[in-house]
Amino acid sequence: MKHLSRIYTGFCMFFLYLPIFVLIVFSFNESKSRAVFTGFSFKWYQALFQNDVILTALGNTLLIALISTLISTLIGVAAAIGINAMNRWLRGVVLNTTYMPIVNPEIVTGVSLSLLFVFMRQVLGLPIELGFMSLILAHVTFSTPYVILNVLPKLRQMDKNLYHAAMDLGCSPMQAVLRVVLPEIMPGIITGAFMAFTYSIDDFIISYFVSGPAVQTLPIVIYSMTRKKVSPEINALSTIIFLVVVGVLFISNIAQDRWAIETRKRLN
Amino acid sequence: MRNKVLSAPYLFWMVLFTVVPLILVAYYALTGADGGFTLKNVSDVRQFSGVIFRSVWLAVIATLICLVMAYPLAYSMSRLRPQMQRVALLMVMLPMWINFLLRTYAWMTLLENTGLINQLLGLLGIGPLQLINTQGAVVLGMVYNYVPFMILPLYSVMTKIDQGLIHAAQDLGSNTLGVFVNVVLPLSMPGITTGITMVFVPAVSTFAISRMLGGGQNLMIGDLIELQFLGTSYNPNLGSAISMVLMVLVLLLMSAMNQYADEEKEGMII
Amino acid sequence: MENYIISLRGIKVQFDDLPVLKGLDLDIRDEEFITLLGPSGCGKTTTLRIMAGFAEASEGDVFFEGVRINDLPPHKRNVNTIFQKYALFPHLNVYQNVEFGLKIKKIPAAERKVKVKEMLELVGLGGFEARDVNLLSGGQQQRVAIARALVNQPRVLLLDEPLGALDLKLRKEMQTELKRIQQSTGITFIYVTHDQEEALTMSDRVVVMKDGEILQIGTPQDIYNEPVNAFVADFIGESNIVPGVMRRDFLVEFANNAFRCVDKGFEPDQLVDVVIRPEDLRIVAADEAPLTGVVSSVTFKGVHYEMMVESAGHDWMVHSTQASEVGEFIGLTMSPYDIHIMERMEDDSLDWIEGESSASMEGGHAE
Repeated sequence: MKHLSRIYTGFCMFFLYLPIFVLIVFSFNESKSRAVFTGFSFKWYQALFQNDVILTALGNTLLIALISTLISTLIGVAAAIGINAMNRWLRGVVLNTTYMPIVNPEIVTGVSLSLLFVFMRQVLGLPIELGFMSLILAHVTFSTPYVILNVLPKLRQMDKNLYHAAMDLGCSPMQAVLRVVLPEIMPGIITGAFMAFTYSIDDFIISYFVSGPAVQTLPIVIYSMTRKKVSPEINALSTIIFLVVVGVLFISNIAQDRWAIETRKRLN
Repeated sequence: MRNKVLSAPYLFWMVLFTVVPLILVAYYALTGADGGFTLKNVSDVRQFSGVIFRSVWLAVIATLICLVMAYPLAYSMSRLRPQMQRVALLMVMLPMWINFLLRTYAWMTLLENTGLINQLLGLLGIGPLQLINTQGAVVLGMVYNYVPFMILPLYSVMTKIDQGLIHAAQDLGSNTLGVFVNVVLPLSMPGITTGITMVFVPAVSTFAISRMLGGGQNLMIGDLIELQFLGTSYNPNLGSAISMVLMVLVLLLMSAMNQYADEEKEGMII
Repeated sequence: MENYIISLRGIKVQFDDLPVLKGLDLDIRDEEFITLLGPSGCGKTTTLRIMAGFAEASEGDVFFEGVRINDLPPHKRNVNTIFQKYALFPHLNVYQNVEFGLKIKKIPAAERKVKVKEMLELVGLGGFEARDVNLLSGGQQQRVAIARALVNQPRVLLLDEPLGALDLKLRKEMQTELKRIQQSTGITFIYVTHDQEEALTMSDRVVVMKDGEILQIGTPQDIYNEPVNAFVADFIGESNIVPGVMRRDFLVEFANNAFRCVDKGFEPDQLVDVVIRPEDLRIVAADEAPLTGVVSSVTFKGVHYEMMVESAGHDWMVHSTQASEVGEFIGLTMSPYDIHIMERMEDDSLDWIEGESSASMEGGHAE
């Protein structure tokens, strides 16, 4: 039984990692072939770093992710504090609407936002072009719920009297939020912002519908490259992304371990 | 509590960018190009019933494969030592951090006619087989991309199943099958329903996977919608109507899952 | 209003149409230790929150030294609070917690340092400045909370069941400690608890509350010796409460017998509640007693034995330093001074006593 489950787990991991492994290996291939390894070379990495389209798209992606994360964190944290103070009924309504962009198929969110931007420009005459503006608005829309859903549990767990204690000691309500509530919910804010950032970088479907021809994000460029049959730069790009992800996860895990050990030490 | 005011910017944002756009979808679906009310778009959706049926069918198959594949894996993972559990969990989540387009692209390279798989088969004297641009390839792409969404909820309910319960069932005379049917399966039901929703929704609405691995011959609902908005047959009214159908499909599935989860809960109380 | 530091007038509070306070009037003297005592849900904590400014009254006024402060927000009131479970700021250390209020008031750093140090000494936490508050024991956290409040030199300190989370030994210690601090600082303490023993030990005056109303205000001695009704009698210490009939002045009939008592002024044949403390019942030989019965249980309680005696259809609780045997047929007697006559309460309150008295007895065991 034990052997069987080991073998099965191994098989599943093989399935999950085989394609990634193949991508990585062929990123070092000398020829364009995706099936025959003809020799080791870094030429696709060089090509990648000379590819202005990809580099520009990378810049766009990071810029959009930074700005939309900043906005959605600000709006989301304030919203969570407000929602926490609402009565049960109102909170239910707001939270259900908040879940909408998460449970709705992404394509529907993308389509609905693109309709909104077209409607705003054509019918209302607002100067909203499809590009940076629409991408940032869309990214804030789908990432704010993640901030709220990460911060809200922290607020619920918090001893409500901390807020009262701050006011009791002379804080105005705003001071109490800044000096006591915010530090208390900071872990939730950080997780929420991190999720907002990664979702923004990773998003393809919604961005695809709200980006104009002028501004492309990295996933959109990747999609158009896959439409062309052969583009080995993608392999190089995938390898770099994979290594970055592994690195980040590795470091964050070590950091967590260290933190856990530190805490245990202090407790003893 | 003046704090409620703090949520005002978000509420404004939520109404403008979540509620209004969905109302717009409904509005466009129910109006013609001239802006007048019509049911034509909605009734036109019928002519795509083949595509809709195919989308649902492929998504159902992919969801079932994910379930069958993920269930034993999640169970094995939940019985590992804690240290190993963390490693396994990380390994399952790691591919999710790589954009799904890249993961799908990896399968394109493997499945194509001159791809690695056909090369290997050629060494055995088989093929070349038509692997890419088939419905099977689309299902494979869905399974590959979305199986972590099935593993994670299953794993998280299974780690909560007390080993003592399993021992108790064995103690009371259940054999392995009995333990599974009477203890593990009912207790993992919430994970199953969550996993089904999390796999089915993106699978049924995908357009990139079907485009990349299905080669344009195996259109799905997502492709139809994309074509109406960004493709050659620009028709946002029809596109909105199809989007409405897609939302209804998803809502139906989710309410079915909720229903089922509720019944399970009641059953567990008895 | 001379000498009253806080006065409540006709305070009414409702939560979702449910009345929590039903028109409360209360005057609190400067520099006294006053306790609001009552079962959970009686409105004592809400009363405290009204004074602190965390809750709003739908009707009525709050006065601080004669000035109406209904609309004054909490941070502008000259009161400080010790919260249930202390509400120490987890992200700040001991020193920073105590310093918090002074910092908000923009007191210069040097002055803050002196005051915080002084206050930590007062509560016995000198040298704990840099400690993480999350790693302190319950008693230490309690002391930090006291220091954090008192360093602001409030006129009034509100304490919301501050000792509830501590174990018995620590609680006794802190009771003495709180009383000492109150007396040495001269700050008015308004203390909320459901623990009658705590209330009797520490307070100058006790306010007994139930269902959003004040039943009795008085010194601990008043409350214990002259409870105004059966509820107060039962809530403060343990009591035997039986129905009776006031035949005429100084003569009451209960348990199928007539007894001399010291009460008068009731209508002839008025229905009353008769309250007798367990320690006031004396066990005597059966043939010379008005009440006779069989001992059904004997429990050793340390200082005394607690016995239940079945007599005239009631279970009588008797405290005595001498144990009887279970099954023994004994007589019970009491002096007229120990028979307390009270106006009969409505039925539902009596039900409440039945349900709750056993619970409070269990609580007594746990302590």
